[in-house]
Amino acid sequence: MTPVRLATPLGDEISDLYAGDRVLLSGRVYTARDEAHLRMMEEGIPFDPCGAVVYHCGPVIQGDRIVAAGPTTSARMNALTGFLLDRGVKGLIGKGGMGKGVVEQLKGRGVYFAFTGGCAALASSCMRLEGVYYSDLGMAEAIWEISLTDLPLVVGIDTHGNDLFGKVEESARESFDREFSR
Amino acid sequence: MSSSAGLRVRAAVADATAHAFHEAEKRLPSDVVAALKRAAAEETGEIARGELENILANIARAEELEVPICQDTGVPVVYISLPPGVPLSDELYEGVAEGVRRATEEVPLRPNVVDPLTRENTGDNTGPGMPAIHVSPGERFTVTVLPKGAGAENMSRIVMLLPSQKEQIPRFVAETMLVAGGKPCPPVVLGVGIGGTFDGAAALAKEALLEPIDCMTPFEQELCDAVNRLGIGPMGLGGRNTALAVKVKMAGCHTASLPVAVNVQCWACRRATVEVRR
Repeated sequence: MTPVRLATPLGDEISDLYAGDRVLLSGRVYTARDEAHLRMMEEGIPFDPCGAVVYHCGPVIQGDRIVAAGPTTSARMNALTGFLLDRGVKGLIGKGGMGKGVVEQLKGRGVYFAFTGGCAALASSCMRLEGVYYSDLGMAEAIWEISLTDLPLVVGIDTHGNDLFGKVEESARESFDREFSR
Repeated sequence: MSSSAGLRVRAAVADATAHAFHEAEKRLPSDVVAALKRAAAEETGEIARGELENILANIARAEELEVPICQDTGVPVVYISLPPGVPLSDELYEGVAEGVRRATEEVPLRPNVVDPLTRENTGDNTGPGMPAIHVSPGERFTVTVLPKGAGAENMSRIVMLLPSQKEQIPRFVAETMLVAGGKPCPPVVLGVGIGGTFDGAAALAKEALLEPIDCMTPFEQELCDAVNRLGIGPMGLGGRNTALAVKVKMAGCHTASLPVAVNVQCWACRRATVEVRR
């Protein structure tokens, strides 16, 4: 299947996506981990959240060069994501999937994209650095504004409540119980 | 040791350590690359294959661009092999720390080491008890580095089984991955430590990750198959390859004990050994 091409800011086209679809994403994304989420909750979002995509990532930056920028574990942000979606953020990128609460929050308004964990060099070769917010939080926790060209992603959670990670987890649980429950 | 000899050892260990980090962060060992290629060939699903293709493309890009394979360049875990005639000294520890500080600037490494409670970052990947250094006697004077990322490390577990529960070991290993799901960046390598003491089992589990992953004993294969039957697959998106390999290390233990530790390692099973040139 040919990947779907998407560009930010995201709009209603995200409702055509289904868990398991492959996507090439271009345009602006904003990195944010735990500390940045906490500060945004307190002080407000420093970029235009309308149709924006937030990337769970703590990159290695040297000067104005993105050296390495793979995804971090998204589940850490489970409890910190709702306010972003309330303000219009339509896309999240990360690895490992997110909790059931986030699957509910994404219904009808946002998509979670999975990017291959550890693929920091592949990522940085599709990226250009555009700016930074909260640089006092340090390299890994600051918000870096990045422009993407064709980052290869998989739709992990769609706007219809389908969660690929949840589905795999459920079937793994069934296999485990079959083999080890006694 | 005279102070000038001490300074020479310190400088030589620092050089070897920095060199080992350059190697480990940018190039995966050939046995790990071979295992990833085999996994890619085995996957039948489009998503699983796509994930492994991204991983293989990433490994190639890192080597070509001379950049770290993963932005989580890990915390420094270092193994020193000490030949006869080289005394165990502070200079060894200072040399490793100096090498880590240099690698942090040169490679560059992401500064990951923080105070556990204040979370204040030391900025150079050193700190109290960090780098973690393990010294053992050997033939050659070498420094081996194992940069350990947190995504996988955080999913590691230890259990004190009863001596009568050895049949529970496969269950505990598989359960560790069931709980971990896609979070530790599968396909993983699992280091399993069996025996020793509470602390020793964890150390064995990590040391097991230094072993080549292109061969497994029948017991290791059995554990690996049990994990792969879960179907978690690359990145938790489903597929045949949840673990590339399981490696086991054992030690004698108390007759009343059976400690079992599982150290989870992501697909980027980074390790490099460099000889110390005195």
